[in-house]
Amino acid sequence: MNRSARAQPESPLSVEDMRVRFATEDGIVHAVDGVSFDLRPGEILGIVGESGSGKSVTAQTLMGLTRSSNASISGSVRFHGTDLVTASDEQLQSIRGREISMVFQDPMTSLNPVYRVGYQIIEQLEAHKEMSDHEAKERAVELLASVGIPNAKERVDNYPYEFSGGMRQRAMIAMALALEPRILIADEPTTALDVTIQAQIMKLIQQLNEERGLAVILITHDLGVIAEVADRVLVMYAGQIVEQGSLDEIFYDPQHPYTWGLMGSLTRLDQPPPDRLPQIGGAPPSLLAPPPGCRFRPRCPHAFEKCGELPELEERFPGANGHADRCWLEPSEKREKREVEGRIGLGAPA
Amino acid sequence: MEGMGQFIVRRLIGMVVVLFAISVLVFLIFNVIPNSDPAQRIGGKNANQQLIDRINEDWGFNDPLPTQYVTMMKKTFTGDLVSYQNQRNVVDQIKKGIPVTFSLCIGAGIIWFALGVVFGYLSAIKAGRAADRALTILALIGISLPVFFLGEMLLYYVAFKAGLFPVGDYVKFSEDPLQWANHLILPWFTLAVLFIGFYSRLLRSNMLDVMEEDYVRTARAKGLPERQVRLKHVLRNSLIPIITLFGLDFGAVIGGGAILTETVFNLPGVGLYAGQSVASLDLPPLIAVTMFGAFFIVLLNTIVDIVYAYLDPRIRLGTQAAT
Amino acid sequence: MPPAEATPAGEPPLPVGDQAEVVGRSPWYLAYLRLRRNKIAVAFGVLFVLIVLFCLAAPLWADHVAHTGPNQNHLTEQITIGGKKTFVVAPNGIPIGPGLHSKFLLGADDNGRDVMVRLMYGGRTSIYIGVMAALITTLLAVAVGLVSGYYGGFTDAALSRTMDLIWAFPVLLLGIALGTALSVGGLQIGPLSVPADSLWIPILIIGFVYVPYMARPIRGEVLSLREKEFVEAAVAQGKGPIRIMFTELLPNLISTIIVFFTLNIANNMLLEAALSFLGAGVKPPNASWGTMIADGEDRLVTAPHLTIVPGVMIVLTVLALNVFGDGLRDALNPRAKIRMEH
Repeated sequence: MNRSARAQPESPLSVEDMRVRFATEDGIVHAVDGVSFDLRPGEILGIVGESGSGKSVTAQTLMGLTRSSNASISGSVRFHGTDLVTASDEQLQSIRGREISMVFQDPMTSLNPVYRVGYQIIEQLEAHKEMSDHEAKERAVELLASVGIPNAKERVDNYPYEFSGGMRQRAMIAMALALEPRILIADEPTTALDVTIQAQIMKLIQQLNEERGLAVILITHDLGVIAEVADRVLVMYAGQIVEQGSLDEIFYDPQHPYTWGLMGSLTRLDQPPPDRLPQIGGAPPSLLAPPPGCRFRPRCPHAFEKCGELPELEERFPGANGHADRCWLEPSEKREKREVEGRIGLGAPA
Repeated sequence: MEGMGQFIVRRLIGMVVVLFAISVLVFLIFNVIPNSDPAQRIGGKNANQQLIDRINEDWGFNDPLPTQYVTMMKKTFTGDLVSYQNQRNVVDQIKKGIPVTFSLCIGAGIIWFALGVVFGYLSAIKAGRAADRALTILALIGISLPVFFLGEMLLYYVAFKAGLFPVGDYVKFSEDPLQWANHLILPWFTLAVLFIGFYSRLLRSNMLDVMEEDYVRTARAKGLPERQVRLKHVLRNSLIPIITLFGLDFGAVIGGGAILTETVFNLPGVGLYAGQSVASLDLPPLIAVTMFGAFFIVLLNTIVDIVYAYLDPRIRLGTQAAT
Repeated sequence: MPPAEATPAGEPPLPVGDQAEVVGRSPWYLAYLRLRRNKIAVAFGVLFVLIVLFCLAAPLWADHVAHTGPNQNHLTEQITIGGKKTFVVAPNGIPIGPGLHSKFLLGADDNGRDVMVRLMYGGRTSIYIGVMAALITTLLAVAVGLVSGYYGGFTDAALSRTMDLIWAFPVLLLGIALGTALSVGGLQIGPLSVPADSLWIPILIIGFVYVPYMARPIRGEVLSLREKEFVEAAVAQGKGPIRIMFTELLPNLISTIIVFFTLNIANNMLLEAALSFLGAGVKPPNASWGTMIADGEDRLVTAPHLTIVPGVMIVLTVLALNVFGDGLRDALNPRAKIRMEH
């Protein structure tokens, strides 16, 4: 894979050929199958894909959260000279929560119900830093206030069930930022919340990114969220990255038929509504025995013989500058085929 | 602590209702359901007609049922209950036996809780590996052993043949604390084995479930050391149902399980008294033991519920907190 | 084209084509496969069956090998062991122990009865009581759990309070209370009449005592099942409550019921042994493993085989049921992670 052109020397996080397999009763599931990317300093990197695309497993593997007796992880995740895939438990512990933090999808179940919220923040502070209980408590109150929780001084002693969903997620973000990490991984942070709260949380994340230069890896299936805040986007399908580029490149010049399908299924305010919402036909492949060749082939109306061979993730036209994809079609063919009824879409089989 | 006071009051009222219902059930069991003459039943095998008439008077068996119930309750709770087979006052006998039974049950309880938690914890963190399999097999054997059989085997092989411990009997703590413990070690262990097996598997199961919870993942993601995750997040949350169960089982042991152990090891507690009464079909002691046994359990349950509510704040506020 | 991965169960690999298909299999078949993989559970299940067969063969042994019945005394007789004539029960009261002789293979008891024969006949009683009581418990618990969980409201409150009431008594204590109270005249409720020395007294008592332990979890499951869409759909279709309970709820409860039933037999056998040991369970002339241990108690030191033999049988039977029941539970409710071979 041609990486030297894109490699940033100060990349805080560099993933190379990550592969994650799980042993299950039905066989080996290839959840992540050869994912490589760099996180640029201060950027918001969006990872977008359907359920089962491998995006969450990728995110969790970055911090070693998928290590278990039935998982096999290979590849490398370079963070400031350390490879997190092979790092020892102690090394990982000192990085988690301090240099890299994570926020999860469901704030309801992500907080321990029997401990007060303040305690859970203090627990994290004291795990990494020497602090008196008094200092830690003050810091916890500060943190809650900084993410917009009213009455932080009283709220800090509340139990999680006394917080609303949006407030819980804010508290999780406060906890994640307690020790001022360089990178925040947000795994579907707003999926379990309603739309108005969603907007607030995304604004908060954007604010943190702008004010502190916090790099964010944002995982979501919601393209609307990506469009709001992301700088660059990785599109994942069946355990692999099928396209990557800047936000504008992905939305206005997508190169992969799957991305066209995603774009096509969006309803857009600046265009007349279609008669029927276009869908991508078929279903995602089973990760037990991924089909040979291009994984999107069974659902792609533009497939041809070459598609029996798995395309590499590469820049495929001059001046691409980081915009790479896994599709054998010629760039000119792509530009042609993706126009469906005046907008970008996947189109029906020929 | 909000809501704690209200909660306690609610539980206490509930407790009184249950106690009443229990007394009615005991009455039904001993005086209503059986298909024989109650006075004859109570008098025992050797009752002659004179005794039977006296019992009929005393217990009011010719009165309507509700009156019979009141009479029975009065007799039981004022200590006016006498065994017609050996002429001894039942409640006095029970009182004499309580320290022995408590010595047995509290000691066994401490052992089984401690070992149950330790083995369960180890099984859970080494799940699927050799240590876990071995502990599981031991636990399964533990719950398959009849208590009295285990007791007799220990008595025969460890006490009698190997001479490591005394062959049954009881020594008062006030007389000789060391001998008190020496005589109780085998009975403690006998009583504890079954529960160690059960509790270790239960804790293992709970811990494995809790380990899959999201908040455990969050705890790891925060960078907490693995041991802290296991103890403060996994074990803490897994123990809550175990503690409740312990309260229930402890009550059950005092009220029932100790009967077998005391019988085998000849410990003069309430259990042995009950066992002897069964063998001679002497009903008045059994009425009292059943009643008090059940009462004790309900009392203990109420206390456990209150402690549980303290440990798990969601319980205090009822369903509101569960959303 | 990469070769298909062999599945851990050693079954044929999944078909691989342009789009590999995942073959759908019914949850029962999957459970059966999982159980089959658990060699230990299967072995113990077979052990239980063997024990049952062993006990069922009692008349064969009694007639053709030992030539005696379970209740026949041979107090003053002698048999030939190793060429020497020995008293079945020595003058000092100690009976002979186990040895390789066709009569009294496992020794004799105080009354000169053949322990092996009594073991087999006693086993029939113990197992019979265990299974029958389990059937009663299951029937009652399912009925109570279903009705209580489905109807809710007052019915639920009333039934739950009743269950709580029974549950408040330690199992052994309640068993003893009922056992002694019913031991003189038996039971008579309306048309139902059970004599005091019938096996049905302990069966009913044991069956009754464990109902709350099964009814509660079943009620819990019914409560959560009731909220699911397929029940809503059935109600919308106009199905009556009884039909819903039988056709929608019950099939989903079967795996829980099967596991509980198996484990319940084990508990019943332990309870019967305890009750019989104390004298509140099986009564003479009937014999069970529990009564045999009771008989042997006085001779623990001089003739330990009288205690060890029936005791070991109980442990083996109960253990077999527990291990098999555990395996059933894992097969029907898998959680275990399979380890990755590197």
